[in-house]
Amino acid sequence: MTVPALGSVDATAVELRPGRRLRSARLGTARYFLRRLGFYAVAAALAVTLNFLIPRLMPGDPASALIAQMQQKQTLSGDQVHAIYRLFGTPGEPLWDQYVTYLNQVLHFNFGISVAYYPTPVWEVIRTGLPWTVGLVGLTSVLSFVLGTAAGVVSGSRVGSRFDSFMTPASMFMGSLPFFWVALILVLVFGVQLSWLPTSGGYDGDMLPGFNGPFLASVLQHGILPALTMVMASVGGWLVGMRNMMVTTVSEDYVLLARAKGLSKARVMFQYAARNAVLPSVAGFALTIGTVVSGQLLVEIVFAYPGVGYLLYQAVSSVDYPLMQALFLIVSLSVLAANFIADSVYGLIDPRARETRS
Amino acid sequence: MSASVHRKHSLRRLKLPPNPKVRIGIAIFVFFALLALLGPFVVQNVMGLSPSDVDTAQAMELPSAEHLLGTTATGEDVFAQLVVGSRISLLVGLVAGVITTTLSVLVGVAGGYLGGRADSFLTAATNVCLVIPGMPLLIIVASYVQGRGGWLTVALVIGLTAWPWGARQKRAQTLSLRHRDFVSAAEMTGESRWGVITRELIPSLAPIISVSFLGAVVGSMFADAGLSFMGLGNINITSWGSMLYWAQNAGALTRGAWWWFVPPGACIALIGVAAGLINFGIDEISNPRLRKPSKEVRARARAARLHAAAGGSAAKATAGKPAPVQEAAS
Repeated sequence: MTVPALGSVDATAVELRPGRRLRSARLGTARYFLRRLGFYAVAAALAVTLNFLIPRLMPGDPASALIAQMQQKQTLSGDQVHAIYRLFGTPGEPLWDQYVTYLNQVLHFNFGISVAYYPTPVWEVIRTGLPWTVGLVGLTSVLSFVLGTAAGVVSGSRVGSRFDSFMTPASMFMGSLPFFWVALILVLVFGVQLSWLPTSGGYDGDMLPGFNGPFLASVLQHGILPALTMVMASVGGWLVGMRNMMVTTVSEDYVLLARAKGLSKARVMFQYAARNAVLPSVAGFALTIGTVVSGQLLVEIVFAYPGVGYLLYQAVSSVDYPLMQALFLIVSLSVLAANFIADSVYGLIDPRARETRS
Repeated sequence: MSASVHRKHSLRRLKLPPNPKVRIGIAIFVFFALLALLGPFVVQNVMGLSPSDVDTAQAMELPSAEHLLGTTATGEDVFAQLVVGSRISLLVGLVAGVITTTLSVLVGVAGGYLGGRADSFLTAATNVCLVIPGMPLLIIVASYVQGRGGWLTVALVIGLTAWPWGARQKRAQTLSLRHRDFVSAAEMTGESRWGVITRELIPSLAPIISVSFLGAVVGSMFADAGLSFMGLGNINITSWGSMLYWAQNAGALTRGAWWWFVPPGACIALIGVAAGLINFGIDEISNPRLRKPSKEVRARARAARLHAAAGGSAAKATAGKPAPVQEAAS
């Protein structure tokens, strides 16, 4: 997955509607949020529907494959067989009826029983993985955004400086590497060769999870390498995007004026230039969430980190269709929710965004 | 990327730009293309190596003269696998890249040019597809497909899920071309809308399309490697992704067998870097301010600063500083 050059893509995304009367600001804000909410509702509906259609459109018969798989472990009762067929669509039942049944199940978080973790319900399995992934994604994406953007400000305010000539190529290089391979290298260097850090799991296996010092320390220790991978892979994109916007902004008249007023360099750099240059990056933040989550799924597999990515891996390797289906749905909906939040924040800080078409 | 792509210059612009970053990037691509085309022949027929000959007596060996990159847990030659595997990895990237680019051009250019309801619909579709995370979708579809159809299916699935980014970008570029004179002129001469799109707009967008095609190829190779790494896709055909899968499966990591999983990942990474270089170089071409100022300019700026410092005037010091601006004006 390539990290797109943020500056170049999103600068063009802002199209002002000419010849349109400015409505009162508050009304505009409300309309903006409603429009975004509508958009994400459509996206969520598509995700739910895709999740319904994919197993039914696929060649072959996943239900039979699943039954064969499960019968290796235990004999299935007629009820269980019936439940599996219902999950993938009862043959003969109209598609619409199946869809209604499916929606009803989704609304009640009823995703069936997991094969890989038999007989735990799928939702129970997912619930154990969700906090790990959300924690890691949230922490690392905010961290790399802040670090990358700050470095981009410094880099972009003086193109060709020593900092810039090192950081820009370096971060561009880092950003062009596949996430999961970087993870493999880190495991090799810090885990196997130097044995400084643990290379798998989310905490020490002989510990009981709970809110106490040793456990949290263990969680932190196990999180360092996965977090480092995520930050290394995504910090460069923010740096380059911010740098490129910054370069354009520092030559604007208001920055020149601020400088002429004799304000300190740091103040001009951060309060005048960076404040405006950061807007495309913030707008782009929402769109990168999906990419980051996608990358993290693979990174979790390398580290056997107990999040949804590792669960997905387990589900794939044991042909656990119910778990797989539900994971896709949950990941998609979480990404959409995160997108909506990021979009709303952007709408709050940039009034112009509220006047644009979605 | 600059919007000022004039039609007359579009073909000339496709020539190799003088930017060193772009040239290095293209050189890396050419190298791997040649490797995929000729490499397997050289390795198998000239050097007599096999990527699949199992030899348990020589398992997990360090790189040596006999095995340039060592051997796997079952004694296969890693170097032979690397060279032979390049073909499938590149092929998946190429086919998926073609599908992605075709779809994104069709959706993006049509939306941007037609405007109105068609555009609203296409833009909404693009944005919705953009926010649904690609990798989980790929994983789900690939695991139902279960290797049926081999690499072609994987390429198809990647291509069908990766188009929205490009479509968005091409729509924005088309919007900036829509009201140019050459488009109006073509419309006046009675060119159909389809004709305007294929004969006027798409050629004008050629430089952007070719760059985003490279990006799509690399993105697809990353996705393919990720899928294979999970054991989905083509793990029984030698490719860089399947090498990573088998290495991970045999515990190459914990056994410190770096020669097994570092080379295939490094090849993928190198191609990623090449795409990054080209992207970055193109940005520099279209926005000269992003370039590091030339030695001459920097020397002049330093002289000006020294001069100002000697004069003791703060105002002069700031005025002499932004040298890149002068360069941009040229």
